[in-house]
Amino acid sequence: MLKNTTPAEFKVVIDHHICRRCKRCLQNCSFGVYSFADRVVPDNSKCVACQRCVGYCPEGAIEITSNPAAFKYSANWTPEHRKNIWKQAEQGGMLLTGMGCDLPYPILFDSMLLDACQVTNPSIDPLREPMELRTYLGRKPDSLQVETGKDGKLKSKTPFEPQIKLEVPIIFAPMSYGAVSLNTHKSLVMAAKEVGTVMNTGEGGLHKDLYSYGDNIIVQVASGRFGVHAEYLDAGVAVDIKIGQGAKPGIGGHLPGEKIGMEISKTRMIPIGTDALSPAPHHDIYSIEDLRQLIYAIKEATNYKPVSVKIATVHNVASIASGIVRAGADIVYLDGFRGGTGASPTVIRNHVGIPIELALAAVDDRLRQEGIRNQASIIAAGSIRSSADAAKAIALGADAVAIGTAALIALGCRVCQMCYTGKCAWGICTQKPELTARLDPEEGAERLTNLLRSWALEIKEMLGSLGVNAIESFRGSRERLRGVGLDKQTLDILGIKPAGR
Amino acid sequence: MNHLYQKDISGCGLSGIISTTGKLIPAEDIIKTIRIQNERGNGLGGGFAGYGIYPEYKDYYAFHIMFDHEQAKQDAEAYLDDNYIVVRKEPIPHRRTAAIPTHPLLWRYFVKARDNRPDLELEELSEDDFVVKTVMKINSEIDGAYVFSSGKNMGAFKGVGFADEIADFFMLEQYQAYIWTAHNRFPTNTQGWWGGAHPFTLLDWSIVHNGEISSYGINKRYLEMFRYKCTLLTDTEVVAYLFDLLIRKHGLSARLACLALAAPFWGDIDRLPEDEQQVLRQIRQVYGPAMLNGPFSVLFAHSRGLIGLNDRIKLRPLIAATHDDRVYMASEESAIRTVCAKPDRVWAPRAGEPVIVELNDDVI
Repeated sequence: MLKNTTPAEFKVVIDHHICRRCKRCLQNCSFGVYSFADRVVPDNSKCVACQRCVGYCPEGAIEITSNPAAFKYSANWTPEHRKNIWKQAEQGGMLLTGMGCDLPYPILFDSMLLDACQVTNPSIDPLREPMELRTYLGRKPDSLQVETGKDGKLKSKTPFEPQIKLEVPIIFAPMSYGAVSLNTHKSLVMAAKEVGTVMNTGEGGLHKDLYSYGDNIIVQVASGRFGVHAEYLDAGVAVDIKIGQGAKPGIGGHLPGEKIGMEISKTRMIPIGTDALSPAPHHDIYSIEDLRQLIYAIKEATNYKPVSVKIATVHNVASIASGIVRAGADIVYLDGFRGGTGASPTVIRNHVGIPIELALAAVDDRLRQEGIRNQASIIAAGSIRSSADAAKAIALGADAVAIGTAALIALGCRVCQMCYTGKCAWGICTQKPELTARLDPEEGAERLTNLLRSWALEIKEMLGSLGVNAIESFRGSRERLRGVGLDKQTLDILGIKPAGR
Repeated sequence: MNHLYQKDISGCGLSGIISTTGKLIPAEDIIKTIRIQNERGNGLGGGFAGYGIYPEYKDYYAFHIMFDHEQAKQDAEAYLDDNYIVVRKEPIPHRRTAAIPTHPLLWRYFVKARDNRPDLELEELSEDDFVVKTVMKINSEIDGAYVFSSGKNMGAFKGVGFADEIADFFMLEQYQAYIWTAHNRFPTNTQGWWGGAHPFTLLDWSIVHNGEISSYGINKRYLEMFRYKCTLLTDTEVVAYLFDLLIRKHGLSARLACLALAAPFWGDIDRLPEDEQQVLRQIRQVYGPAMLNGPFSVLFAHSRGLIGLNDRIKLRPLIAATHDDRVYMASEESAIRTVCAKPDRVWAPRAGEPVIVELNDDVI
């Protein structure tokens, strides 16, 4: 292998005056930065700025800074481009990365503002009045037929598909067991149960210990079919067919063999140590009619539970979504290009797909134009960073949003983007027992529960200020959004007016 | 101006009277109930709807249409002539008054859809549906034309002024109706526009509304899925269109429509026995986008009855009273007392609880 000439990205500064040489940093760093020779010696080139050592140094003696190494200035040949080329010249491979796109593309959520009531209509105080976030995912009939029974009670005569009940319009995004640790899955599922929402298993099957949480689980089927069997399909409240992922549209999940230990081997139903490589497409789905067959095969297998189809938001997302609904899906899951990943080629993550805001607006519009919006719920994902992002997505038309990265951050993730290395120092995106033990699922569940509770409170506050007391009066109500600094065409696609109009 | 929507911000007074035996009520009564509520308006909008006012043409759709200019009238009439048999057309009778210095052209047409109208080639619409389509077309496509009302044996009279001034202008004393509704408007940001006054109507539905539809954005987009065009200057029209969709198109009863528009809270639904929960849950699941949110009290009239409805937490006033065969509803009790000093019963309907009054079955 050629010599690594790329300058270190970070610099570890240790204050040796206050360091008591307890070596806790050596224990905590999973990237091998530290060694000990009379005193702690860092190897800057290995540091990923995950902040684990900083958080666990009892003396507060460690500081991680950006390496101030000077590069001759060029607006065009940024240090990032140069470093990437050096890495590739030395190694001859695709650059890999984790988490969502980190380039400064416009984030349209940050160019939209919400309305509020003043004088002419009263705002509603969520501390004193009911404020409803309950959401049901699934296919709804066009209309309802009701008859009055002999007892004078109203009875619905309209066949109604099963619905997924959410007490908050936020679900946990699919992250597979294998990519993340079992303790992460446990944390997610326990929090989902506590809050009254669901977690999505991701494509790695469901560990036996978690089957009892079925009411709060959506099981996923992806192109690798890992861990898919009859009992699994029926284990949750719905089945999600993963076609694509925002961070890597058109590419299947790749889990290296070193992450496949006994438990994952059993759950995924593959031999220990083998790479789990999901094919890029589903090999039984080469067109929309094939998707229809899979949807109905799954419905048959599950006595007609809702089926969700997850796609990455690509250029023609509106027609694709329309096809998915017409193929029988009850939920369309849209994953925007800023969505997270455990591992993706950097070039794909950073350059393929379109933003969730535009995709969501286009899909909601298209389904309405075709009069089929009620036939499927829309889940929006791909970097929902706050309750404000969630609220704006709902105003654009989403029934619910899904959070992956935000949930991991709640569990301790520092967004160091090293998920693909399997060395996660916070015990989230790793299978090394000494690391996974760092995440206590009880505490993780509490942190996630707190996060959802905080966001729910904030969404209620926003609804109250908007003068509505139920989420469905806000969903798709783009009249309550205004754009700032957006061009006319973008406003048109988002279906919102500029601020001041 | 072709009616780009701006939020309709208005506080208002409203009143309605129905005779459940179908007895005709002189206009003077409804005028009294709304005049005393002038305090709730600001002179920028007033109007009335009367049912039973055109008995001699009761089988024809009565189009009340306003035109900003002569060209609009010509365009609208050309469309009507192509598609309808017009048995009578005339200016809506009115008089010049000091209070109403300017007004648009105001005409009424008694019509019946032609059997050989051109659209039948493309689509088999019922006559009612075709009238709805006509209203949408005139309002959104003919510049300067706006349909006040389009029902049978009923009509809307409205304009810019206090309601009693509008009554005087339209010589309302000439009419008698078995249902009247009236409205005094307090708009704060829309131009004085005659089409923006209440009632809003479609076929024989008419709405007078006090409040602001905070859920307008989604209500409008929901209606658009069913080809309603909401491009007018106000959000009140969605209420009229939602009643039309739920009752006429989806076949819901008035009570169910009200349950959809001012739905009970989940907390209340959850406390019911499971067999009663199911319908309410499904109504909210299916008609969530139709739910009206924000402060409102609304009177919704149709040829067979009158319905009063409040928002889910009663942010606007509504009082109801009965006396003999008459039922009164108004924003203020004083309005009712001006014409009915001793009601048999007076009550304030609870939040989201509709007051549904229908003509007796034997009334034809």
